[in-house]
Amino acid sequence: MGEVKNSTSKKGLGLVFFLAGFVGALLVGWLVFPNLLYSSKQQPLNFLHSSHEDLSCEDCHFTREDGSYSGVPGVEMCAECHEEPMTESEDERILVEEYIQQEREIPWLVYARQPDNVYFSHVAHTEEQGIECVRCHRDVSAEDKMPVYKENRLTGYSKNTIKMVECEKCHAEKGASNSCHVCHK
Amino acid sequence: MSGNAHSEHAAGKVRYGMVIDLDKCTGCGACAVACQQENNIAFRPDESNKLRTISWLTLYRLENGKDYPEHREAMLPRPCMHCDSPHHAPCTFVCPVNATVRDEHTGIVDHIAVRCIGCRYCMVACPYHARSFNWWDPKWPKTMEAMLSPEVSPRMRGVVEKCTFCHHRLNRARDRARINGEDPDGVEYTPACVEACPTGAITFGNLRDPHSQVAKLAKDPRAFRILEKLHTEPKVYYLSSEQWIHKQSDNDLS
Repeated sequence: MGEVKNSTSKKGLGLVFFLAGFVGALLVGWLVFPNLLYSSKQQPLNFLHSSHEDLSCEDCHFTREDGSYSGVPGVEMCAECHEEPMTESEDERILVEEYIQQEREIPWLVYARQPDNVYFSHVAHTEEQGIECVRCHRDVSAEDKMPVYKENRLTGYSKNTIKMVECEKCHAEKGASNSCHVCHK
Repeated sequence: MSGNAHSEHAAGKVRYGMVIDLDKCTGCGACAVACQQENNIAFRPDESNKLRTISWLTLYRLENGKDYPEHREAMLPRPCMHCDSPHHAPCTFVCPVNATVRDEHTGIVDHIAVRCIGCRYCMVACPYHARSFNWWDPKWPKTMEAMLSPEVSPRMRGVVEKCTFCHHRLNRARDRARINGEDPDGVEYTPACVEACPTGAITFGNLRDPHSQVAKLAKDPRAFRILEKLHTEPKVYYLSSEQWIHKQSDNDLS
């Protein structure tokens, strides 16, 4: 009898160890590893879309005549208004003194930057076709601080970049071509 | 996937193809150089080992094997044939990871390097030797790095690559059509080799459009395709008035 009892308590102890290990593994996988995988980077200066509401989106982000997209504007465009500081803001001082006056481009970390082998056409994904900017980009209208840029330590890509499976899903739903060369170059 | 592709295959209104006039070709090699530059194709200090080097468009020298005064020579530029055989091209049939797939909207045989696992079955399957393998990571002299084209992503060590019919130019042409309010399907565009040819020997366009130059030339009595008997249905046609060239195109089987 004593032997049988002994073996059941051993089993119970084994289960406890198994569960402890299992929960531990889950915690590492869900909480620790994602933080280890991504490094956090700060933008060179805190740009606020909400402070530029006197401009329209297209003043800085526009489609060129050949159908290509302007993307993030260069420092030349900032200099059109910020030749001299307009406010007391520290970020504006950085912009004027470290970039505009030294004619350096700002090394923005672009949250939605795609890998080099991806070809994305903005002119094929417009609001007229029912695709809002916020489908892929974050909503910048009420932001008072730029979010932290998370970079995958293994791939070097931004965490927030849109994944291929999302492109494929939407293309399939809308009947657009899912051929390789439509999105890869 | 292939079932769906086949139904589109018959109905599709666009089939990009090429006609190369060997009577006009002088063998200058401008097409091959333009291709190399346009597509960021890596080269090595020693390019003499052709099993280790990469080229998307190769010039072959043909000769009729006779002595002077009957001796004849011709040069034959060979891009990817973008085979149009039903269901599959030879390479797409064997690819285990769908890295090379024919687009049934345009007929272009795509090859996506980031998906390629480098098994090289496609190189074995291709009867035209149109595919090359990256034995090393690409490396350019420092001064040339700034000259690389941002339109084409360089490939890495361990993957296969081949001619794309300059599909990045097609994407740009489609965007231009979109902003001008035109239909992006079936737009006309010009690959780099066609643009570079000084004698105008290469014609490119939609084979399914009966009014296109390329469709008319493909029906020319001088037209032939390489290894036609394999029924790979190449979309690259050649023109020649020389019978000995026609004969060599089918490995003397005709």
